[in-house]
Amino acid sequence: MSSEKPTLKQRFDRWMIKHGRVLVIGIPYLWLFLFFLVPFLIVLKISFSMAEYAQPPYTSLFSWIEEGVTITLNFGNYLFLLSDSLYATAYLNSIRIAAISTVITLLIGYPMAYGIARAQGSMRSVLLMLVILPFWTSFLIRVYAWIGILDREGLINAFLLWTGIISEPLIMRQTEFAVYVGIVYTYLPFMILPLYSTLEKMDISLVEAALDLGCKPWQAFAKVTLPLSMPGILAGSLLVFIPAVGEFVIPELLGGPNTLMIGRTLWNEFFANRDWPIASAVAIAMLIFLVVPIMWFQHIQTKQEEGQQ
Amino acid sequence: MSNKRSTFLLSALVFGFAFLYVPILLVIIYSFNEGKLVTVWAGFSTKWYVSLFSNDGMIDAAWNSLRIGVMSATLALALGTPAGLVMSRFGRFKGRTLFSGMIAAPLVMPEVITGLSLLLLFVTLEQMIGWPAGRGLSTITIAHTTFCAAYVAVVVQSRLSGMDISVEEAAMDLGAKPAKIFFVITLPMILPALVAGWLLSFTLSLDDLVIASFVAGPGSTTLPMKVFSSVRLGVSPEINALATLIILAVSVMIVIASAMILRSERMRSRASAGADA
Repeated sequence: MSSEKPTLKQRFDRWMIKHGRVLVIGIPYLWLFLFFLVPFLIVLKISFSMAEYAQPPYTSLFSWIEEGVTITLNFGNYLFLLSDSLYATAYLNSIRIAAISTVITLLIGYPMAYGIARAQGSMRSVLLMLVILPFWTSFLIRVYAWIGILDREGLINAFLLWTGIISEPLIMRQTEFAVYVGIVYTYLPFMILPLYSTLEKMDISLVEAALDLGCKPWQAFAKVTLPLSMPGILAGSLLVFIPAVGEFVIPELLGGPNTLMIGRTLWNEFFANRDWPIASAVAIAMLIFLVVPIMWFQHIQTKQEEGQQ
Repeated sequence: MSNKRSTFLLSALVFGFAFLYVPILLVIIYSFNEGKLVTVWAGFSTKWYVSLFSNDGMIDAAWNSLRIGVMSATLALALGTPAGLVMSRFGRFKGRTLFSGMIAAPLVMPEVITGLSLLLLFVTLEQMIGWPAGRGLSTITIAHTTFCAAYVAVVVQSRLSGMDISVEEAAMDLGAKPAKIFFVITLPMILPALVAGWLLSFTLSLDDLVIASFVAGPGSTTLPMKVFSSVRLGVSPEINALATLIILAVSVMIVIASAMILRSERMRSRASAGADA
């Protein structure tokens, strides 16, 4: 075929196609850039300013003097975070609590995901639905439900006292134990769903082959199933671990006054002490720690999509 | 051996689902308790529902939350759908890595960080350009739209990835323009994902306490903020009643939505089976 010179209409269409593409990319890009990325830069900026009794309650970094702009960076907030052991304790506590909860969630979630993936057709969709349903019901209410169960006058204590197993009520609420229960309970669906989607795709004949070749069931699991489900394990663990580090509601409602977690510290600096620069420094310090797991999570997400396509 | 394994899996499932559902069931049961104490059953009563509906503060907060939820779910759909389309159909372009990062990160970002950073953005913008003047429903809506759009993008993207691209390619070969292909072919095919994305955004917005607390102004109390301040003091039967209503509404919504999705799925697979034959 010989190529013809494009007519004006064709040119316009082509231009529209090009322009339309930019528009479709540009609008969500711009929104996320302005309302997700730029805010972090502002947090970074304010973490270098000083608290002030003013509206808004922090000093400006930039000041106009005759020669131009000077920038005063104040590292005091970060030095303060380092000098007061309260912050270090809160960080380490958050990481420890989040890590332990992630492991418990994995131990409960893995057999459930495996069981659902091996269930029969229609039963499988019902079970999957039952996992998703609590995820749709209010997070706050699911945390709240445990107050009535774990409280001093709560249901577990009432039951155990009634059966005579204990004579004094157990202290369960306002302890670290209650925080673990809360995190595992609310984040369990986030663990099960990615695990399920990798286990469901797995070729069962590989396990059968391993068994035929003389593997014991646990060997077949350790050598075939576990390595193949690694992407699901990683995605699920990161989906639990990262938000759990910054969790505020669960330690506030179920934890005791001694359960220091960094999300709670940030909240108190902001709302109780009204110290915005310190709150910003706490946020930046938390982000620095979380950047690696977040990028890892994104990497897994991208790899999974590419595998799907 | 295999029997042993299936017993283990079955008990894991039973234990797991009991763990997920018993606390919710207890909340529902105790919302009908006559007495104020959680542990003592004092007879059946619906008085906490009556007292819930005469609590003006609660009703106002619920109304605020519903308005914010509808607005942000709709906006999130408008932003998240093109974002999901871009991620699965547009191939490589400049800044794609950043774009996919900005979609993945909001899903896991701790809420206290998102809330604080958005508040500081709003304050800075107000100082610089005078907008938004003060904080309230509109700032909460913008905040919710942002993280909900990321969820919609992921839902739409995974739907598109699982979908046969050949229909769209056929339309393109026949000379249809991209916009027409999207509205006539792609959109109807991803409709279930759009319904799911909207509903997910709506419930996420309705549920958010932390981000809303940061970006709310005076007079824009949402339902979770109201619930949180009363829950802090301990268990209250009125909150049990509210929780029961929310659980009921969500369950009805989910059942209807999944029935709809299942039906359209069946019709689709029937249609494609017919095409194959």
